[in-house]
Amino acid sequence: MLIIKNLRASIEGNEILKGINLEVKAGEVHAIMGPNGSGKSTLSAILAGRDLYQVTAGEVTFEGENLLDLPPEVRARKGIFLGFQYPVEIPGVSMVNFMRTAVNEVRKFRNLPDLSSSDFLKMMREKKALVEIDSGLTSRSVNEGFSGGEKKRNEIFQMAMLEPKLAILDETDSGLDIDALKTVAYGVNRLKTPQNAIIVITHYQRLLDYIVPDVIHVLYQGRIVKTGGKELAFELEEKGYDWIKEPNREIENE
Amino acid sequence: MSKDDTLQQVTTNLSDWYLSSRDRLTKASSPVFNAPRTEAIDHFRTLGIPGRGNENYLYTDVQKVFSQPYKRHIDPQKIIFSVEDLFHCDIPELDTELILLVNGWFYNNRPPLQILPNGIIYGSLAEAALRYPDMVKSHYTKYADHSTEGLVALNTAFARDGTFIYIPKNGGNEKAFQIVNILLSTEDLFVQHRNLVIVEEGAVARIVVCDHSLSALQYLTNSVTEIYVGKNAELHYYKLQNEHNLSNQFSSSYIHQERDSRVVFNTVSLHGGIVRNNVFVKLNGQGASNETLGLFLADQNQHVDNYTFVDHAEPDCTSSQNFKGVLDDQATGAFTGRILVRQDAQKTEAYQVNNNILLTDEAQMSTRPQLEIYADDVKCSHGATVGQLDENALFYLRTRGIDSREARLLLMHAFGHEILKQVSVKPLQERLEDLVDKRLRGELSRCNNCPVQCET
Ligand SMILES: Nc1ncnc2c1ncn2[C@@H]1O[C@H](COP(=O)(O)OP(=O)(O)OP(=O)(O)O)[C@@H](O)[C@H]1O
Ligand SMILES: [Mg+2]
Repeated sequence: MLIIKNLRASIEGNEILKGINLEVKAGEVHAIMGPNGSGKSTLSAILAGRDLYQVTAGEVTFEGENLLDLPPEVRARKGIFLGFQYPVEIPGVSMVNFMRTAVNEVRKFRNLPDLSSSDFLKMMREKKALVEIDSGLTSRSVNEGFSGGEKKRNEIFQMAMLEPKLAILDETDSGLDIDALKTVAYGVNRLKTPQNAIIVITHYQRLLDYIVPDVIHVLYQGRIVKTGGKELAFELEEKGYDWIKEPNREIENE
Repeated sequence: MSKDDTLQQVTTNLSDWYLSSRDRLTKASSPVFNAPRTEAIDHFRTLGIPGRGNENYLYTDVQKVFSQPYKRHIDPQKIIFSVEDLFHCDIPELDTELILLVNGWFYNNRPPLQILPNGIIYGSLAEAALRYPDMVKSHYTKYADHSTEGLVALNTAFARDGTFIYIPKNGGNEKAFQIVNILLSTEDLFVQHRNLVIVEEGAVARIVVCDHSLSALQYLTNSVTEIYVGKNAELHYYKLQNEHNLSNQFSSSYIHQERDSRVVFNTVSLHGGIVRNNVFVKLNGQGASNETLGLFLADQNQHVDNYTFVDHAEPDCTSSQNFKGVLDDQATGAFTGRILVRQDAQKTEAYQVNNNILLTDEAQMSTRPQLEIYADDVKCSHGATVGQLDENALFYLRTRGIDSREARLLLMHAFGHEILKQVSVKPLQERLEDLVDKRLRGELSRCNNCPVQCET
């Protein structure tokens, strides 16, 4: 579904991604872990189409198509969803209006007619129940004044509304209390099918108890330095990142 | 000719026009209008049309507007169109007491003054000055100062007609008042109207003003509106400027507020050529509050200049100004917010914000606060921003499948919504939201069922 080959990217001359290789197949769940500043959010933003970063080498294909040439909205319509680490507050744009516009844009792309008002509201109700998001939140402006946890839940709500093929969840678990974590994980699992895939970016093994990954990657200084099964998360939880960083120093000094 | 010479020429021409038409003017008008004429024209000769040297008009090219050859009339011209056919307001639920001005003249399709059973009087100011001279006289020229403002002096010298609204003590009306200013002619036109609103003690009123230009010709309007809001009275005043790009407008509103009165004054500028809005507020009694708001959308070569002056003359008053602008193409805008807190005006609260979005590199905005504070116990804040749309918000919207154009529209609409949401006349608010949306989309934001499709 998603193939990343030797992806390099920089911002203002600073290289942040230094040759990423990653393949995600339909039905898989991948976790990406790694210390702060290693490039996890940069990678996810590039996959979603942020033009702040310059891709200097490598390629990314999604379902066989070159992803890097597409604007963010087309990627979204083709089924890529980014759950933001820091969801953006947009005062004055109502959640309802935002979601109606988004859902209909995606439907238009799939040659489906606009949802009727009542069908749309019904869909909102269902998805709200699925992620147990407070009804009051969806009658407000997008993320405006939402608590940290509410913003994260709202990301999953949007994911539920848009039904993406590939969801990239950037630290959706940060800021969530334990109950919220379970609901969010439950929501994500409910949305999982053999046809779609998920990349979860997280710092905590705990989330992976609920969203069980097939593969875990460790990103460090812009490279994937380790890939393993879910036991890797326990190892990281126990030992931290130092044992991964050590051998890497050599790479740097080459 | 230099700009100043040209302006001097315009001033001389207008003064000469006064001399040649004085007799006709005086004969046709109430003594209330005639009394200050001579003084006003003398002041106008000295003050002239505000030019480059005038601090308050730094950002607006007044000369460019005034040096066009407009037709000017002392008397109302016969309208060869049927205004009823051309215009009726299509805001469906907006059931209002309607006053129609065509080219600045009260449009005589109904008695020039309506007197409602609840004591409310509204209609033509010329007629009110004849029938209720004392009532008009006690407010006329009391707030708009023709000794310091050239444009007010000019308007006062030639004043003949405009709108009049009187709400008696403790009075109120279920319906809002709607003043529709229509420009409709077969020639380029210079229009001046003079308006007076009296909201007596304890009374409440809502007024909606709609400016439209129906012929694709050049217009210049120099209007003056005096508004008296008595003790504990309340006024909501909304002005919708939806003219075309050849319509230039200088609109001066003078609001005089007594003790514990409340005023909301909101100007939405959708279309126009060169637009200058002056709002002068005098808080003349303790506990009065004033909110002056504005939203302006300008593109192509349009220019919108908002000037506010709030005079805190008494203690315990609150004022806030909130102006927002979206400028596209080569449009230019300006905001000047002057706040004067006099020495005795302790416990004043005065707030001011002006936020602007420039959509292109060529669009320009000038913004300046002017605070003069002579009291020491004062809460005061002001802030201005000139920026672009929030890139992070744009990206966020686009990652949900919304294309860049639509995302921009959502953000612009949200930006303007902050001003529109404060419109308390619901059908008007909905209509404004709709008009702003259409305007931002580049669709003609004219009332849908108006058969005149102005080309610009
Ligand atoms: N817009 C930017 N301008 C400058 N530097 C940036 C920008 N975005 C990211 N970086 C830098 O790129 C590096 C990687 O940042 P990124 O946000 O991708 O890390 P991360 O792995 O997501 O970290 P965290 O776990 O803290 O979320 C950091 O050193 C960061 O400072
Ligand atoms: Mg991050």
